[in-house]
Amino acid sequence: MQGAGLTDRRRHKRIRGGRATQKKSEAGRGEEGESGNPSARASPPKPGRRGGGEKRTVEHGFPNQPSSLAHDPKLRLMAIATKSGAVKIYGAPGVEFTGLHKEAATVTQMYFLPGQGSLLSLLDDNSVHLWEINQRNSYSYLEEIRTLTLPGRLGFDCANSPSITRITVILLKSCCSMACLGTEGGGVYFLDLPSLQLLDGKTLFQDEVLQSLPDDYKCGKALGPVESLQEHPTDPDKILIGYSRGLVILWGQVTRSVANLFLGNQQLESISWERSSRTFVTSHSDGAYMVWPVNSSKCKTQPLTSSIPYGPFPCKAINKILWRTSETGSPFVIFSGGMPRASYGDRHCITIMQGKVQVTLDFTSRVIDFFTVHNIDPEQEYDNPTALLVLVEEELVAVDLQTPGWPTITPPYLAPLHSSAITCSYHISNIPVKLWERLLCAGKQQNPPHSAVEWPINGGKNLAPEPLHNELLLTGHEDGSVRFWDASGVSLKSLYKLTTANIFQTEADHNEGFPQSGEEEWPPFRKVGCFDPYSDDPRLGIQKISLCKYSSQLVVAGTAGQVLVMEFNDEKSEQKISLSSVDLLQDREGFTWKGHERLIPKSGLVSFASGFQPSFLVQCIPPAAVTAVTLHTEWQLVAFGTSHGFGVFDYYRQQAVLARCTLHPNDSLAMEGPLSRVKSLKKSLRQSFRRIRKSRVSGKKRLTPSSPASKVQEANAQLAEQDGPREVEVTPVQRRIEPRSADDSLSGVVRCLYFADTFLRDATHHGPTMWAGTNAGSVYAYALEVPSREKWMEKSAEAVLGKEIQLMHRAPVVSIAVLDGRGNPLPEPFEVSRDLAKAPEMQGSHSVLIISEEQFKVFTLPRVTAKTKFKLTAHEGSRVRKLGLMSFPSVASDDYSENCLVCLTNLGDIHIFTIPGLRPQMRYDCIRKEDISGIASCVFTKTGQGFYLISPSEFERFSLSARNITEPHCVVGLEGSRDHLSPVTSPHNNLQGSPKMSQANGTHKLQSKEECNSLGAADGMLEDLQLPLSQTPLDSPNSSADITLDTTGDLTVEDVKDYLPGMLECVN
Amino acid sequence: MIKTHHRTPSRSLETVEVKSKFGAEFRRFSLDRSKPGKFEEFYGLLQHVHRIPNIDVLVGYADIHGDLLPINNDDNYLKAIKTANPLLRVFLQRTEDADYSAFGTDTLTRKKNVLSNVLRPDNRKKPPIAISLPRDFRPVSSIIDVDVLPETHRRVRLYKHGSDKPLGFYIRDGSSVRVTPHGLEKVPGIFISRLVQGGLAESTGLLAVNDEVLEVNGIEVSGKSLDQVTDMMIANSHNLIITVKPANQRNNVRITRTSGSSGQSTDSGTSHPTFVASQHVVQNFHSEEVDSDEETDIVIEGNSEPQHIPVAASTSASVMSLTKSDSDHGLTPNGSIASSEGNTCTLIAAMKVDTVEKEDLNKRSMEEDGMVITL
Repeated sequence: MQGAGLTDRRRHKRIRGGRATQKKSEAGRGEEGESGNPSARASPPKPGRRGGGEKRTVEHGFPNQPSSLAHDPKLRLMAIATKSGAVKIYGAPGVEFTGLHKEAATVTQMYFLPGQGSLLSLLDDNSVHLWEINQRNSYSYLEEIRTLTLPGRLGFDCANSPSITRITVILLKSCCSMACLGTEGGGVYFLDLPSLQLLDGKTLFQDEVLQSLPDDYKCGKALGPVESLQEHPTDPDKILIGYSRGLVILWGQVTRSVANLFLGNQQLESISWERSSRTFVTSHSDGAYMVWPVNSSKCKTQPLTSSIPYGPFPCKAINKILWRTSETGSPFVIFSGGMPRASYGDRHCITIMQGKVQVTLDFTSRVIDFFTVHNIDPEQEYDNPTALLVLVEEELVAVDLQTPGWPTITPPYLAPLHSSAITCSYHISNIPVKLWERLLCAGKQQNPPHSAVEWPINGGKNLAPEPLHNELLLTGHEDGSVRFWDASGVSLKSLYKLTTANIFQTEADHNEGFPQSGEEEWPPFRKVGCFDPYSDDPRLGIQKISLCKYSSQLVVAGTAGQVLVMEFNDEKSEQKISLSSVDLLQDREGFTWKGHERLIPKSGLVSFASGFQPSFLVQCIPPAAVTAVTLHTEWQLVAFGTSHGFGVFDYYRQQAVLARCTLHPNDSLAMEGPLSRVKSLKKSLRQSFRRIRKSRVSGKKRLTPSSPASKVQEANAQLAEQDGPREVEVTPVQRRIEPRSADDSLSGVVRCLYFADTFLRDATHHGPTMWAGTNAGSVYAYALEVPSREKWMEKSAEAVLGKEIQLMHRAPVVSIAVLDGRGNPLPEPFEVSRDLAKAPEMQGSHSVLIISEEQFKVFTLPRVTAKTKFKLTAHEGSRVRKLGLMSFPSVASDDYSENCLVCLTNLGDIHIFTIPGLRPQMRYDCIRKEDISGIASCVFTKTGQGFYLISPSEFERFSLSARNITEPHCVVGLEGSRDHLSPVTSPHNNLQGSPKMSQANGTHKLQSKEECNSLGAADGMLEDLQLPLSQTPLDSPNSSADITLDTTGDLTVEDVKDYLPGMLECVN
Repeated sequence: MIKTHHRTPSRSLETVEVKSKFGAEFRRFSLDRSKPGKFEEFYGLLQHVHRIPNIDVLVGYADIHGDLLPINNDDNYLKAIKTANPLLRVFLQRTEDADYSAFGTDTLTRKKNVLSNVLRPDNRKKPPIAISLPRDFRPVSSIIDVDVLPETHRRVRLYKHGSDKPLGFYIRDGSSVRVTPHGLEKVPGIFISRLVQGGLAESTGLLAVNDEVLEVNGIEVSGKSLDQVTDMMIANSHNLIITVKPANQRNNVRITRTSGSSGQSTDSGTSHPTFVASQHVVQNFHSEEVDSDEETDIVIEGNSEPQHIPVAASTSASVMSLTKSDSDHGLTPNGSIASSEGNTCTLIAAMKVDTVEKEDLNKRSMEEDGMVITL
């Protein structure tokens, strides 16, 4: 095995040797001195070799399906856990930790051991897990230390009576050496920390409590599950235990006796102490809360006060209540729920009350949990809460409790990417400072900070260096908005939001006159948060974005064929929208569009805030969704394509330059519009969803098949499978083998558009060209006549068809790029004229790289003869989904970099190829192939990174480059030293190498080889050895016993060809 | 270059004696073994020596086993010359009354019977079906690599290019039992699940439902998903080579090396294995001719300034490039440049018209003369 690895490595070396020579001859720099040093040497030609190659670095956005929240007031950290078992800890911006439970079970509760950098989590499979933030190489990271599943009651099998010992609540004692576990059966267990050992002798069963109850309260009924456990604020020996039936006891641990009894009769939901410990407050299922006095009298039957805030009609339960005293006035009472059942029972609300002041925060999604940031110094008399943090299902909302009016604080992370569903994304790196500042400024004006208070969760220290470049991630949304995110660092920050909906007349305009919330309204609702999944009009959805960072011009194109050219304006303006429509059908007979209508732009003057303002609107006819868009700001041209054809528009002189129909005469589906298309695909969609659902469930399962929760999930999944029609199981899945034909439906869809200054018509004159590729494997190349700047007004731009290429394999053309004489991609508009990029080599012959779903091909220009090719699908059975041309800078040298072609396939793996040689370099597993939305959402940066959605609300960021890695580097200072027991119970802890080694929802392929690679320096060697092993399937049908193996079959002519250029360069 | 001699026994090693029979007439002449020339020339020579310039004949010869085999292309002509020892017995029949059943293994020894059957009119139940010889067909399928594959496997090549039929088959997931060092193991596999009636796959008779697919164009499918294999097959559909383990192992190809006329052979060689094959073996063609692994994309050039760029020059350039691609990929049928060019031109011409129409719609001045075609 090792031998095989070595051979392969040598092969790589040889290639590399050849390429190094090539490098030398081109760049004129000697490399001989480095030949002894494999890591320095190997880095440039094999991008991303370091540290396991493709590396997931950080997750941006908001965790999907959060299920619990925890706060460490001492370290000023916050933790959010999810239904898929992920744990994420946040501190100051840039301080982030991610962990993933092995069991893909819901994390129901989490508690920090204050100041210890430890976290206790409870899963819904009734297991308790202890996590620690530890340090390695001066960076902190999160690891799971040990776990405990509560055993069944003595004499009972755990499996038979799981509910008795099912943990309902956990209390961590302030001394951090013990945890109390309340259970379904009413018993309270005690757990030693951090060893997670059950202290058997201390367990408090209900029988013991029942003995001290007056007989008339007992009346033969059980007390029910433990609903709340709260430590006495001043006497750590005493804990308040609340039972579901309503009974609350103050229990002395040392004396093992009941100090006080509070005989409540209403079903209990939660308890909160008052700081002074003289009173506590309980909340109940009928929407009431009661204040109980704690004094010498042992048994209380009546509370001090009792009130139902939203009565008198029946109310829902108050799930959680907090009581916080304030120096400045009445205490704060903060609770969730309790709304009048009939009128507002469906609202997700949290009420803040201070004396007479009351606000009902109205969220758009379910409240998961909340906490206050307040004074924890025991010497102080008051809580003085400064902020309230609320975790709702789709976002995190912070409320400033110091400032009158309780404004919200914008969190510096956990950006709700999905406040409206993401429909497309676009990344652009190296933003010029000028545009960056203008964007920041416009964003501030748009979103003036409500509160001057600083973000209260600011523990830990970010050690990551300041990002060298400003990077923008643009997300297009269903509601027609485009959000600009600062993607330079670990935390994704919102910079600016562009709305296009206000340009069009939408139905929302008509019901603008709905009643504003009046003063007298009761309850005093206040809308908070920005999650708004409802789109007024699906036609507004953004499909494609293109931004020119030098000219600050932007094109956004949408679902109803709208192509908006926008320009950045620092001032507000009021303008009329100039528009033009382009008929892409070109009088083609026999087609009627049955889809949606085009959007009607607003007439008259429309006012726009500073930022991107529309300079021109082009509407495609028929108004099908725009499938490709590109912008050339130097030529002032925009090109756009739909399923019917493509067009080029001169937005400076506001003239159509070209319109071309790409429809095949037999393509009827293209005309029916999106709605009926959905109908015709309904069956296959349903099936693929079923497949996704199946794979989601199975993908989540990692280890521990014994875990009861996973068993339940499995059973559920099976049930879900059986719910569907059974014919799926009866007929085996079969696939038809038939070549693509010319008249396949939707063949006219324009997949890519590209502007290039190159040689199209003859080898001596280069000029502007425009390239378009379609679903049917056709490429159209147009020569453009763009008048020079001086003659701009006299002459108009013209387009002349230069070439039409029909790829014989007819696969959709995904991307087109022109490579210059040196084989490098052409620079972007303005890059050369502003001295930001090297001028392209116009001497040597150019070539065009055409990438279809199945093959990569390089053709010479202008003759269009095939030069090199790589048939991905014929070899691997995978198809290209996403593509990027990346530049990989060398780790060893600043001024050396290589351009590579990076593609993500439908199987979720990433392939890297050289250009223009198209030699395969690397292959990584990246996304699970079942995660179709993840694959569809992937965007590559030009510097070797990428993003994809791991849930509707989270981007996973990964890096293929050894040079450009964005990942958390942070440290958390702990208070004192922790009891350090060697972590014996956790066999996997040594696998957790970097701060970010696992992912939130299990959407990726598991890479064991990556886990073995720590941050060590010599791991490049390891990588070399491991790579070939993962690449070839070991078990082949031909290797079975009855067959003689044909080894020569492995070597194809293409292999030989691939080696030849490198060898020749060697000779030269 | 063909030389005709009358019996030069002294040079029998270098020459091939040809004894040609047409009807009742015999002609004898000799050929230079080292320079046999082309089949066309040989055919012309035969017509010449028999003085039948306008009669279409079928040419057959007796090979060393006494089988009557056809000579109808350069390939089997060369084979006939090579195996002549030194006498080459050639039989000519008129195309109209040719007896095709006469060709094949043991035909000469059986011939008497065959002839007597033919001659006895009462026995003649079915009139012979007039089918032309293999060179008039385009190959649609073949069994290849018989000598390198185990007998339990079959490598089938389907030529989509040469047929209007759909490929017409479906594949599915399944599991097969395999012998491993650890005993029998059940492993997932890909199987043919359905053949479409009248489709290419069915018409070849070489593929059947439940055949296990082992390789697609030389790449093993084990470890690949159904969708991956589907994509691989579709990507290779113009020239699909699938290695199957037939569910029915009774019709396996058995190599009979005793027949001697075959050496080492693979599909790329000019000699072909002789085997007692299943019902369907079509091998009489240059495999390179249809080995269009390199399918060529069509490029249509739009040229708006025909007056500046001479059409002739461009055309010659295009022919040059055509020749180049020819030699590179051996694309053209029958190795004939001229005919291939003709074909391509007609194809392109159709597209050209289409483009021009579109261009007219676009109100662009696109002159038909300006269209130059390259391959």
